[in-house]
Amino acid sequence: MEEENDTRKVNNSFLRDHNYATEADIISTVEFNSTGELLATGDKGGRVVVFQREQESKTQPQRRGEYNVYSTFQSHEPEFDYLKSLEIEEKINKIKWLPQQNAAYFLLSTNDKTVKLWKISERDKRPEGYNLKDEDGRIRDPATITSLRVPVLQPMDLMVEATARRVFSNAHTYHINSISVNSDLQTFISTDDLRVNLWNLEITDRSFSILISSCFPSTGSPSQLFSFLCDKTRRLLVSINFEEPEDPSTRSFFSEIISSISDVKFSHNGRYLMTRDYLTVKVWDLQMENKPLETYQVHDYLRGKLCSLYENDCIFDKFECVWNGSDSVIMTGSYNNFFRMFDRNTKRDVTLEASRENSKPRAILKPRKVCVGGKRRKDEISVDSLDFSKKILHTTWHPHENIIAVAATNNLYIFQDKVN
Amino acid sequence: MFTKGTKRKFSDPGEEPASSGDPGPAAPSAAARTLSSSYSLQRQSLLDMSLIKLQLCHMLVEPNLCRSVLIANTVRQIQEEMTQDGTWHIMTQALAAAQCPADRLVATEVLCRQTDAAAQAGQSPKPFSVVGLQEGYHSEEVVMEGDVETEVTMSSLSPLSPQLSSASYLTGPFEVGPCWEEEDEEEDHSESSEPSLMSEHSRHPALEELFSDVDPSYYDLDTVLTGTPKMGPYDLLESLSSHGPTALSSSSSCRSDLNELDHIMEIIVGS
Repeated sequence: MEEENDTRKVNNSFLRDHNYATEADIISTVEFNSTGELLATGDKGGRVVVFQREQESKTQPQRRGEYNVYSTFQSHEPEFDYLKSLEIEEKINKIKWLPQQNAAYFLLSTNDKTVKLWKISERDKRPEGYNLKDEDGRIRDPATITSLRVPVLQPMDLMVEATARRVFSNAHTYHINSISVNSDLQTFISTDDLRVNLWNLEITDRSFSILISSCFPSTGSPSQLFSFLCDKTRRLLVSINFEEPEDPSTRSFFSEIISSISDVKFSHNGRYLMTRDYLTVKVWDLQMENKPLETYQVHDYLRGKLCSLYENDCIFDKFECVWNGSDSVIMTGSYNNFFRMFDRNTKRDVTLEASRENSKPRAILKPRKVCVGGKRRKDEISVDSLDFSKKILHTTWHPHENIIAVAATNNLYIFQDKVN
Repeated sequence: MFTKGTKRKFSDPGEEPASSGDPGPAAPSAAARTLSSSYSLQRQSLLDMSLIKLQLCHMLVEPNLCRSVLIANTVRQIQEEMTQDGTWHIMTQALAAAQCPADRLVATEVLCRQTDAAAQAGQSPKPFSVVGLQEGYHSEEVVMEGDVETEVTMSSLSPLSPQLSSASYLTGPFEVGPCWEEEDEEEDHSESSEPSLMSEHSRHPALEELFSDVDPSYYDLDTVLTGTPKMGPYDLLESLSSHGPTALSSSSSCRSDLNELDHIMEIIVGS
């Protein structure tokens, strides 16, 4: 059917053009802007690709706004630290959108060491009829000009340009793992494992720096979580430690590693905090620091495989987690291109797969199941057959609709709620 | 490859042995106290794996701090448990034939101080303490050598395997170990080699004792975990067990390394 062909083309535009997975194409971050109109992805090669949701058309309501490529630009380049003789990767670790204030879009993108402010603007008109330049741009000899005219703006094909407006660098010894924009729209923070830098968007050569010096106990465990909340006057308001006491009966050499937190997200209503560690997702009440409200098992069948996962470094994979717009559902990724959703109200969960082979465009995703032991049913997959190289680390949820973006290595999948 | 997590046996017979997901029955208390050879093999293998992961000289990109800390903590936990079991003590005793007197390395102290000062100049302090790792280094002060007695001792814990030679593990951009001999021949010490040489010395536990007034955490974290110095031969040789796919070394190779080191230091210091 013609429409299906169109859809297939649109869906394919989400994916890279390459048939093979080049390492530079591995998506390293995904982020919707505050309206959900734009979706930005960053990859290992330092590129940012921005998708824009097309306007919903009344003639084809079932299309429901597909996402198409809006802008592509090279955000970061690889650098070399001569002092340490080490490369600085160009991989984009995080992208954060600034709330929109005018026609242009602004985002912050960061690699391990440098944060950049990018302005993405549209140009759909250009001035024509200059007096001192001819149409090709060559300067005219003033002596040949006999009359003056006013240049006129003529329409042109839409061009989307990205320009780097600020570069914030040389402020982090360790790898920048997150950035966050303040609601005052004037400041933002960038953090690495030990330092929080508070920047003014206008000033690139200085920042306020907070060193995390006392948060680690003698074990030096990174499994504790500290939340920094800034009030409007940008004073450091609160530092809270959320930690669940360890269960001594499950202690092993890997306990610390698997309790290490890989992602933290505030809920949209600001009352809850979600943390992701290697095997679970936990929802915390901000008022209660000593134990989580809810704990969800993401892939507990991996508990028996921790030694192998340590050996192949998978145990250090940093999975992200995300809330839906109403804070009723949480989502996180797993291996074998699986991702999991947990409904906090019904307590039901589902495992879905993001792969081309297993899902056709517009098809409803089929729930998957991992078989833990004993007999394997027909559609189940056994733990030993899981592909640990296919990991879904980065996922994001549209701010108010049921649209999710899932990055599976070098492919981006966008899933929407089915409309009946 | 192990299909289940490494068990951590508690010395308290009343406690159940830890099991990461293994639904097997609790081990009898007497057995819990005995170190099965397979368990200690697993543990040794985990230790080696961890130390190799920490081997920064193989890295092209700066290692992730969190990962390095977690691996370092794992090493420390293993060391702690081995200390409780008494196996650590056995291992260090076996290595205790001090072929590398500390005084030889005193000469490097001055240079190391300067380096640290220079390194710290542009950076804020990093007040993080990898306490366990230091302790580990403390207890293993000597370079392993091809002592037959050592081998026999170690074999009770792990399969007899050839000793580590300084030539084996330590290849990398800075060409630690054997390539110091090469550098010795070069008149021209390039900029990049100097900092790495000095920083390797700064990793030696004997030196850490020497400048204990400097908070060791400052360069512990910065140096080990950010890849600034590549781990020196002493560290790895001390740390790594007898596991290793390498040729036999002799006590003389250690000495010759030190002689080279001494010689290089003299050149640099200009004495």
